Amino acid sequence: MDVSCWDGTLSLNEFSRAARTFAEKWKIGNSAFPPWLWVNVPKRPFVASQQVDGFLSLENICLIRPSKVCGAEVSHLEEEETGFSEKEVAIDDATLVLSNHHEMHYYDFHIVYSASYRVPVLYFRGYYSDGCPLQLNEIEKDLPACSAKVLLESKWTFITQEEHPYLNRPWYKLHPCGTSEWMKLLFLGEAALAEKRVAIELYLVSWFSVVGQVIGLRIPIEMMNDRTN
Amino acid sequence: MEVQRYVWEGAIPLQIHLHESEVTTLPSPPPALFLAPRIGYLPLLIPLIKPHFAATLPPGIDTVWFDYKGLPLKWYIPTGVLFDLLCAEPERPWNLTVHFRGYPNNLLIPCEGEDSVKWNFINSLKEADYIISGNCKNVMHMSQPDQVELWNSVMNGNLEAYLRASSKLKFGIIEDEYTMKMDLRSQKSRKTTGEADMGGQMKTGKIPVRLYIWSVSEDFEDLEDMPKIDSWDKISYINRPIEIYREEGRCFTLHDALKTLIPEFLTDKSLIDEESFRVEGEDEQLVLSEEVSSNKMAAEGREISCQSVESSCTSGAAEIKLVRIQGIEPKLEIPFSWVVNNLKNPEHFLHICVCLKFAQVNSYDR
Repeated sequence: MDVSCWDGTLSLNEFSRAARTFAEKWKIGNSAFPPWLWVNVPKRPFVASQQVDGFLSLENICLIRPSKVCGAEVSHLEEEETGFSEKEVAIDDATLVLSNHHEMHYYDFHIVYSASYRVPVLYFRGYYSDGCPLQLNEIEKDLPACSAKVLLESKWTFITQEEHPYLNRPWYKLHPCGTSEWMKLLFLGEAALAEKRVAIELYLVSWFSVVGQVIGLRIPIEMMNDRTN
Repeated sequence: MEVQRYVWEGAIPLQIHLHESEVTTLPSPPPALFLAPRIGYLPLLIPLIKPHFAATLPPGIDTVWFDYKGLPLKWYIPTGVLFDLLCAEPERPWNLTVHFRGYPNNLLIPCEGEDSVKWNFINSLKEADYIISGNCKNVMHMSQPDQVELWNSVMNGNLEAYLRASSKLKFGIIEDEYTMKMDLRSQKSRKTTGEADMGGQMKTGKIPVRLYIWSVSEDFEDLEDMPKIDSWDKISYINRPIEIYREEGRCFTLHDALKTLIPEFLTDKSLIDEESFRVEGEDEQLVLSEEVSSNKMAAEGREISCQSVESSCTSGAAEIKLVRIQGIEPKLEIPFSWVVNNLKNPEHFLHICVCLKFAQVNSYDR
């Protein structure tokens, strides 16, 4: 399919193909991380059976407060770097447990296909080691510094709290409404360098190269350079 | 649009009880009675409900939520849909419990009053926009005052204001095959080739639909005997657009529409039923009389022959027991375009509640 007439979206079947490619490349290029797993949607025997319904899952990832900034200096980072003592002082009175060590934040990430927007959507949630959920203001601190700014301004990385489409629980999601537009731009840029066609199986790899940065999961260069199937 | 008016004026009588753990006075306060608009949302009632119970609440910050027979209610689902879904046999009035404490954060997304409901509405509208036109531009380019006007019209149940405000959205309505063909017939004698014979209606192939399915394993004489839904895990929620396929000489019916989402079912009982539009008595102002609907159908039936639905599918493992839209159980041969244009909610989604009966017991644990 020619890039110029592509609208930046993909079908559910293309999504599951792209998910496979993404998971494979991730395993090869990112061995320090656990692999992305494909989860089949809980059994619904009466749903249109030609659809392969599932999502990609990466869970129990510890996002330690990033020590590197992704670019320019950001003034509020200086406050955070004063260390643990400040953090302890700032603890909410309602918290009964004071931890002596740096609190670890864990995250679950799901990449789910949206039938409405015809693009992948990133759902995530954060929690402490005891399973207590993280609030958005705490999650924001774990994100790369430039994301915090971008999040406020840019609509396509807007974070909303919504119900997970399959799990009946509240999760956070990156709003998908601009995705098809910037995916088309991404592919157009890549097409200028290589072939004119849309390699749809690489959709998620490209998609994640953008979205991953928002949440601080960087995609290794190796995954991006390999354009062969 | 007459039918749209009935839908907008439809309301569910509620009897709201304060949860016993939050009653600090004797005698406990009597339940509060309200008419909740079908197309509205429960949190919007809180400013009316709170004064009834304010005197008896324990001290602290309010985080309001509702439950029906122990099931926490998802506040972003329109009230009418919750009622159609959770009350197999319509309960009059509908007894709900209100809580001001102990919000179940692990189950429900937080609700900060009107703002949360409004933003949920706008996001759904954006999603509908994307489905219909391929981008969110219609909604994104709406001016602030227009957005406010639109939201206020929904909150106040003001259909005229809503139609005014939403006309700026340029969604158009689904090409209604019946109206179109009747126009063509009357125009046959005159040559109107230059005119768009759609009469301002847009041709759209994709319809925003939210389908809520629950299943039973046996037949029930009385809807009252149906097992109650005690967990949201028992309801399959499908948020997927329906694509309208147009075939020559054949209209795309509600049955066709459902089949694209849930293809594996047998004959559906409602085709055999004699009743056409059945009015649910509790909707005091929703008077969609049988004469209105059957006259319309009869008139249009003469113009177009609507091919009757096939009687069976191949591997059918399930049977449709109930299809409810805005409290109505429509006949499945009704043109889908008509259903969408008249029964959709203000955010342009059509909410459909379906009960399926399976041949064998299906249990799905998550």
